[in-house]
Amino acid sequence: MVPGRVPVLVSATVALLLAGCGGVAAQPAASSTPQVSGSLTVLAAASLTQAFTKIGDQVHAKYPGVDIRFSFAGSPTLVTQIQQGAPGDIFASADQANMQKVVTGGLALTAPAVFAHNKLEIAVQSGNPRHITSVSDLANPSLKVDVCAPGVPCGTYSTTVFGRAGIRVTPVSQEQDVKSVLTKVGLGEADAGIVYATDVKSAGGQVQGVAIPDDQNVTAEYPIVELKTTQSEPAAKTFVDYVLGAQGQKVLADFGFLPKATS
Amino acid sequence: MVRPVQPLNPVLVVLAAAAALFFVLPLAGLVARTPWASALGILSDPQVQLALRLSVICSLASTGLAIVLGVPLAWVLARLRFPGRSLLRGLTTLPMVLPPVVGGVALLLAFGRRGLLGAPIAGATGLSLPFTTPGVIVAESFVAMPFLVIAVEAGLRSMDVRFEEAARTLGAGRWTVFRRVTLPLIGPSLAAGAVLAWSRALGEFGATITFAGNFPGTTQTAPLAIYIDLESGQLPSAVILSLLLVVVSLAVLVALRGRYLGED
Repeated sequence: MVPGRVPVLVSATVALLLAGCGGVAAQPAASSTPQVSGSLTVLAAASLTQAFTKIGDQVHAKYPGVDIRFSFAGSPTLVTQIQQGAPGDIFASADQANMQKVVTGGLALTAPAVFAHNKLEIAVQSGNPRHITSVSDLANPSLKVDVCAPGVPCGTYSTTVFGRAGIRVTPVSQEQDVKSVLTKVGLGEADAGIVYATDVKSAGGQVQGVAIPDDQNVTAEYPIVELKTTQSEPAAKTFVDYVLGAQGQKVLADFGFLPKATS
Repeated sequence: MVRPVQPLNPVLVVLAAAAALFFVLPLAGLVARTPWASALGILSDPQVQLALRLSVICSLASTGLAIVLGVPLAWVLARLRFPGRSLLRGLTTLPMVLPPVVGGVALLLAFGRRGLLGAPIAGATGLSLPFTTPGVIVAESFVAMPFLVIAVEAGLRSMDVRFEEAARTLGAGRWTVFRRVTLPLIGPSLAAGAVLAWSRALGEFGATITFAGNFPGTTQTAPLAIYIDLESGQLPSAVILSLLLVVVSLAVLVALRGRYLGED
C-alpha cells in the first residue's frame, strides 16, 4: 500500500464511524436546516407496511442523515420482540392494548400518541363470487372465513365485529397478521376475511372490500411511541413528529387511514 | 477397537468448544426460563393438548406417506439409469434447503383451491386441502420426505446387489425380491430415514402455517401453538412446549446415532 494513502483511508473511516454514530452529532431539528442523523429501526404493525414505507422514503429524502429500517409484523409479535430486548427506536401498534404492554413494561421513552385510525372491512375475492354483502353473511358455514389470531389487533377487532352483528363465525384459520388474511383471500383459499379498509385499498385489484356499517364496525386506534432502547433520540423524534405532522398525515390519508383526530 | 491417540490440537479444541457452546447456550436459555412450577398445568391445558395430539397424528401420518411414496422414489433414484436423474434427485430433495414458507406458497399454488391440481379437484369434488388436517400432513410430508429418500437411497446404493441377483436366479419374482431381500437389507437406512423424517415433520412450521393455516384442533400443531403463544405474550406456555419438542427431538437424534451410525 502507498504510505501516503493511509491518512485518507483513516479519515474516511472516521467519517463513516461518525456518520454511523447517528444521534451523537445530531442537533435539535431546526425547521429550515435539517441536520438530524442516525439510523432508526421502526417496529410497525403489518397494516402500516405501505404507508410507513412511503413515509420512511419521505423522511429520508428530507433528512438524508436519517436511515430508516422497518420491521413489519403483527403488533403482539413486535411487543414480544421489544420485551425480549430487540433494539428498536420506534413502535407503532395497531391497537392500544399492545401499546399498553410496552408502556407498563417501562419500555417506552415518551407517552404514546395516536397518529391514525382505521376501520375494518370484509375482504372478498375480486368480483365477489360468493355475493357477500354483510357481516351476517359470514355466519354461513359453507363460507371459508379467515381472521387474525386472538391477540393480534385485527383478530380482537374481528371478534368485536361478529359480536356486534350478533353472529357466530367459525373461521378456517387464525393468521399471525392481517396481511396473511389478505393473502389467503387474494389467492382464493378463503372466501372472506376481516381486514382493515386500508389493506383492501393497498391490495389493488387482488381483493374487493365489502363495507361494514358503523354500528357493527370498530375504529382501530394506532398509537406510536419512542422506545427506551433508541440510540438516536433526535432522529426518532423527527420520525414521530413527521408521522404526526401534516405531511405524514397526508400519506396516511392517501393510503386510506383516518386522521389522528376523530371528528 | 484401539484407536491411535490423536495429538491434542488446542486451537481445534477451543473452536470446537465455541461451536458446542453455540448450540448448547440457546437450549440453556430455554431451560433457564422454563417455569417448572406451572409445567404440568400448561401441559394439561386443553389447547396445548390439542396441539400436541395433532402434532403426533400429523407427523406419524406424514412419515407413513413418506415411506409409501419415498421408498419407491429412492429405489428409482438408486437403481434406474435415465436422463435427468440428477435433476429429479435435486428436485425431490429441494425442500431440505428451501425456506419452508416458500414450500408452503408453492403448495398453495399447486394444491390450493385455485392451484394447478387443486382447482380441478375442488371443481369436481368441492374438497380442498388448505385449512384442513390432511393439508398439514401434505405440508409436513413435502418438507420431511426428502430426508427419508436420501437415507434410503444411500442404503440401496451401499447394498450388495448380488443378494437380489441370487434370489432372482432362485426363482423369486421381482416383488418378492424387493419385499424379502431388498427391504430387510436396507432396514437400518429405512428406519433412520423414517425417524429423521418424523422429527422433521414434528418440527415443521413454515410450510404448515402458510399452506394449512392455523386453527386449534384442525391445523394448529405444536410449533404453530408455540408461535401463537409467543405472539400473544404467553411466554411460559411457549417455553414449555418448545422444551418438550427439544427433548423429544434430542432423544430421537441421540438414539439414532447410537443405533444406526454404529457409534459406541
